[in-house]
Amino acid sequence: MQKKDFQIVVLAKQVPDTKNVGKDAMNADGTINRAALPAIFNPDDMKALEMALMCRDILKKENIDVKVTVITMGPPRANEIIREALYRGADNGFVVSDKRFAASDTLATSYALSMAIKKLGHYDVVFTGRQAIDGDTAQVGPQTAEKLEVPQITYADELIAVTPEMIRLRRVLQHGIEVVETKLPALVTVHGNAHDCRSRHAHLVIKKKNTEIPMWTADDINPDFDRLGGKGSPTKVKNIENVVLAKKESITVSSDDEGIKGLIEDLTAAHIF
Amino acid sequence: MNNIIVYCEVKDDGKIADVSLELCSKARHLADRLNVNVDAAVIGNNLKGIENELFTHGVNTVLVLEDSRLGFYQTLPHFSVMTKLIEREKPYSVLFGATPVGRDLGPRVASYLRCGLTADCTALDIDENGNLMQIRPAFGGNIIATIICPDVRPQMATVREGVMKQEVFEKQKNTKVVNLNAAEFLNDADFVVKIIERKLEEKKIDIKGAPIIVSGGYGMGCKENFKLLHELADLLGGEVGATRAAVDAGFAEPERQVGQTGVTVRPKVYIACGISGAVQHRSGMEQSALIISINTDPHAPINSIADYVITGDAADVVSKMIKYCKSNSKK
Repeated sequence: MQKKDFQIVVLAKQVPDTKNVGKDAMNADGTINRAALPAIFNPDDMKALEMALMCRDILKKENIDVKVTVITMGPPRANEIIREALYRGADNGFVVSDKRFAASDTLATSYALSMAIKKLGHYDVVFTGRQAIDGDTAQVGPQTAEKLEVPQITYADELIAVTPEMIRLRRVLQHGIEVVETKLPALVTVHGNAHDCRSRHAHLVIKKKNTEIPMWTADDINPDFDRLGGKGSPTKVKNIENVVLAKKESITVSSDDEGIKGLIEDLTAAHIF
Repeated sequence: MNNIIVYCEVKDDGKIADVSLELCSKARHLADRLNVNVDAAVIGNNLKGIENELFTHGVNTVLVLEDSRLGFYQTLPHFSVMTKLIEREKPYSVLFGATPVGRDLGPRVASYLRCGLTADCTALDIDENGNLMQIRPAFGGNIIATIICPDVRPQMATVREGVMKQEVFEKQKNTKVVNLNAAEFLNDADFVVKIIERKLEEKKIDIKGAPIIVSGGYGMGCKENFKLLHELADLLGGEVGATRAAVDAGFAEPERQVGQTGVTVRPKVYIACGISGAVQHRSGMEQSALIISINTDPHAPINSIADYVITGDAADVVSKMIKYCKSNSKK
């Protein structure tokens, strides 16, 4: 019998580390000084990689040939996160990079990513993080699922079962959890509660250190060029404001007994307390 | 044509979610400026009488699709209904709550219709050209971006829970209910994803609705001192909030976290204890009606948005507040 092969795609993004924004992160004119921010593997995408590797572990036991391919869209240096994924166990990966992708909103981004996935030919399941920390929109996952015309399972935090035909996952609801199952192919977005990614393997670091990471340009994914970059993005930024505190008249209250007593009495009298 | 459609989430108890009523209220104000109607789209099962609550929140037309298979939210059937409905109604704008449901559905719908969608808006307005201004914090809350979609309709947005006010309006003159035919909007392929199990937890801690929030930061020093905040909150009939740093330090439960990655609150009174006031925190509480700040640092950023500033040790000041609240209530 012919061995069946199973293709897993992970969509990942290299992001500026917005959780560690220092004083020099903003330019005087209110724009972002990207050079001052370290670039990291988007945390939710790292968890998506782990879920993909878990799927591979399960299916390999069934003697199925499984490949995990990581795709990122970004500048050429985003190949750093592909390499990181290789160190942690991904089979291969590539960067989709082109100036013509510049100014893409989530619609244009999901279009480009969906075309890259289609270019791979066959795929069974696509994993990606719920959201990226530089935008927090959580839109690219569902939008890519729509473009691929496959079901989406968002906010997944635990892989329960996978076979060549279906996947079963637990997902996080606003006030609880839900276990859902769908036929494949499908796209899964992975919640921050999911399992942390396994560490780098020393032997993979040695083996993949100098592996060349392929880069695809817009031409390689065979797109409708009108749907890329700024042209393919209906949302436009009208205005950006650096967050500056508006000074407000405030009343200074002494922290001694008298001050606090007075404040409580005033607020009680004003029916605020 | 050109109306504002609010996608209304139905909770498991059969009621409309608060965020949807907040959106209907906001949509009413926008619609009045544009001279259009507010349509509420409600998809689910057992929706009898659902329109009443919507009519008091400013809705003109309630579009209802009822089907026994729609007891719980699922992406694909709701996607089919919303895309067909939007293609038919050609609205000016479509609004969703920025909840797990709205953030699951909105992007897929926008992708299919190839229109713009702005996530997690904290304000909506209309610009000089009649475009919907969709305002949201970005980049970890360090910038506020105003997004517009000048060339494409509808303009879609998800809006965070608790940032718009829920308002009661006099019933509109032209209210009506339109029942949509499930067979026209749904097909069997929409039910390919099966719900195997569903467990709801009653959320024990919910600080969103509290009229008074006593909130603590890392400056409270220890978990023990948070007990003082609970005591004061109980006396005032409020709840305890916390900053991310305090939650990370284990002083308070994650459900209490206020700010960019926590909940957004707009209580009558917000008492910030030992909170310096990082933008991420402020974005979740700056709309509070009255802010009292207690901090050892007189130049803490939070003080610039506070109505009352108390410079001193938060634990000490809170103890005094407890003392005087108690003596006051005895009178």
